[in-house]
Amino acid sequence: MSVWRDVIGQEPAVTTLSRAVEDPASMTHAWLLTGPPGSGRSVAARAFAAALQCPVNGCGQCRECRTAADGTHADVDVIATEGLSIKVEQARDLVALAAHRPSVGTWRVIIVEDADRLTERAADALLKALEEPVPRTVWMLCAPSVEDVIITIRSRSRHVRLRTPSVESVADLLVRRDGVDPPMAMYAARAAQSHVGLARRLARDENARIRRHDVITLASKIRTVGDAIDAAADLSTIATEESQASSAERDAAEKARLMEVLGADPSARTQPPHIRSQLSSLEKEQKARATRFSRDMVDRALVDLLSVYRDALVLRTGAPTALVNEDSRNVVQQVAQVLSSERVLVAMDAIGTARERIAANVQPLLALEAMALDLRLPR
Amino acid sequence: MSDLVEVQRRVPPLVLIAGPEQVLAERGLGEVLESVRERTPDVEVIRLHAATYEPGELTVHASPSLFGGDKAVVVHDLDEATDELQQDLLAYLAAPPDDVTLVVVHKGGNRGKKVLDTLKKARARVIDAPAIKTDRDKADFAMNEFRRAKRRATGEAVQALVDAIGKDLRELASACQQLIADTTGVIDEQVVLTYHGGKVEATGFKVADAAVAGDAGEALRLLRHAIAVGVDPVPIVAVLAQQIRQLIKVGSAGRGRSADLARDLGMAPWQVDKARRSLQGWTAEALARSLRAVAAADFEVKGGGRDPVYAVERAVLTITREKAEGDR
Ligand SMILES: [Zn+2]
Repeated sequence: MSVWRDVIGQEPAVTTLSRAVEDPASMTHAWLLTGPPGSGRSVAARAFAAALQCPVNGCGQCRECRTAADGTHADVDVIATEGLSIKVEQARDLVALAAHRPSVGTWRVIIVEDADRLTERAADALLKALEEPVPRTVWMLCAPSVEDVIITIRSRSRHVRLRTPSVESVADLLVRRDGVDPPMAMYAARAAQSHVGLARRLARDENARIRRHDVITLASKIRTVGDAIDAAADLSTIATEESQASSAERDAAEKARLMEVLGADPSARTQPPHIRSQLSSLEKEQKARATRFSRDMVDRALVDLLSVYRDALVLRTGAPTALVNEDSRNVVQQVAQVLSSERVLVAMDAIGTARERIAANVQPLLALEAMALDLRLPR
Repeated sequence: MSDLVEVQRRVPPLVLIAGPEQVLAERGLGEVLESVRERTPDVEVIRLHAATYEPGELTVHASPSLFGGDKAVVVHDLDEATDELQQDLLAYLAAPPDDVTLVVVHKGGNRGKKVLDTLKKARARVIDAPAIKTDRDKADFAMNEFRRAKRRATGEAVQALVDAIGKDLRELASACQQLIADTTGVIDEQVVLTYHGGKVEATGFKVADAAVAGDAGEALRLLRHAIAVGVDPVPIVAVLAQQIRQLIKVGSAGRGRSADLARDLGMAPWQVDKARRSLQGWTAEALARSLRAVAAADFEVKGGGRDPVYAVERAVLTITREKAEGDR
């Protein structure tokens, strides 16, 4: 059963899914995997796919298991959105794909990583496929929560809920799978609040740690209205840097690859029209991705900031819980000392409001400014 | 007329700024003084106005000071100069002292003609400030503004801008600066329409200006007019946010030269000056409450509320009320 090895802290879900692999009566053609960001929805879906393809129900060693897990299996398709939404055209392609019998494996598996980003029309297109199951095809839809998925899709799929894994189990995974030192793994798992992908990034990238620390420290710096405006600008810059750091290289590589595929001369000052149009559609795609990514980064920074106030409440109430920001205890203490519990809650509400507003497309800087005004410490 | 106000690096000792267009004249004067300061940062600038001129003043100011150091003397309104001022200027020009840069401003007409001729004969640098009247002139002016900032603007963009706010050259100039400061890349028609909403007098800037000045009636009138002719409330909210943000930044930056502040805050010097004037009657807390209201309005215009227009009105009214309380 080692294909489930990296699906950490999800015993009930793993039990349900592996029973479906072993017992045809427990299997169904559409699954909805939900869980908070970083809980490993996509890892669980891939493990499930591997177990279905594996001749011995998920040994974790054979070719079927390995290719299913790394996304190269011919009958396992993973759809991850880079843009803000999954468009109807994409959904139609998936529906067409779903009609085909598996080529080498026992199942055709289609994993949709961001089912919450299906547009309404895209969801309608998918619905057809879910309503008329094809014998050896199985859908795995992933989303943060059931509420994020259109109800008609919800009602036609079986729901499996993932939970937030414990800090310890995430740290274990980092040590075991990624070779991270135990103390670093513990810090990263705690700071990432058990978000596996993020913990891994924090453990491996010093700049990511520095940026996180910068965000945390803001909580102890805001006193005046001017400070609040500056802090908002800082937050926005940190998020932009984070998003640029991870996308610039990738964008350039994609462009180079496209030029190569098209046989274009990279040194030419102007490209012929058909190449220009391809390049511009790539740029559009990259821009959509960047928009989504920098929005996600702002949200991430806000989750980090929120953790300071949650920690401050822990300190104020004297609860015997480990702090998320054990490494920045001084910042937490300072906040806990000067803010009453009521003020801490006001700050947390303000951060929540900013996240909601940014998700609703409010200019991030403006939303952050309004929030930072509520984070001011008494002078 | 593309390079009329372009000033070469090194300023000669005599400069004449001639022509009726105040915006150009002020711009030319500003640039002359700036390049003088670049060469001699501690230069002393003396401004003399025709209306208040006392005979002999020029001679006194032009004579070497006790402590040494360079001077720049600006004589405003030669076209309104008394005979005494003209005589003093002629005497000055007969034997110009070292270490002094003389800048004479003349709006037009015959008065002071002798001084003008003498200046020209003495090879004064002449900066023209011709009247900008036609739309063509205005378009050239705007195009040149962008070019000076090393920005590219399309012909359609410039036309749209002139259509929208070409009535007053000063406003046109500030709209150009605003676009330069607030946008990146090529300025095209879409960019202009986003900021200035087509052929509409009421732009986000005007609404914001009226709101920040505490003029509720005017702000609401402009806002409703803009909405009625189809301006999207989203960019109006963006401009409101930006204006309040600038006030907060300038207000918390304290004293200091506008140019330095502008550099530190990433604003244009004129924006700093404007913000400083607008800050009268504002407290930091009132600005904070205003910014909060604008953020709430942005959420509502982005689909979070049932009535986006009302949301913007409420934000505007919050701003004007905060200002009114500050004035009391
Ligand atoms: Zn296997």
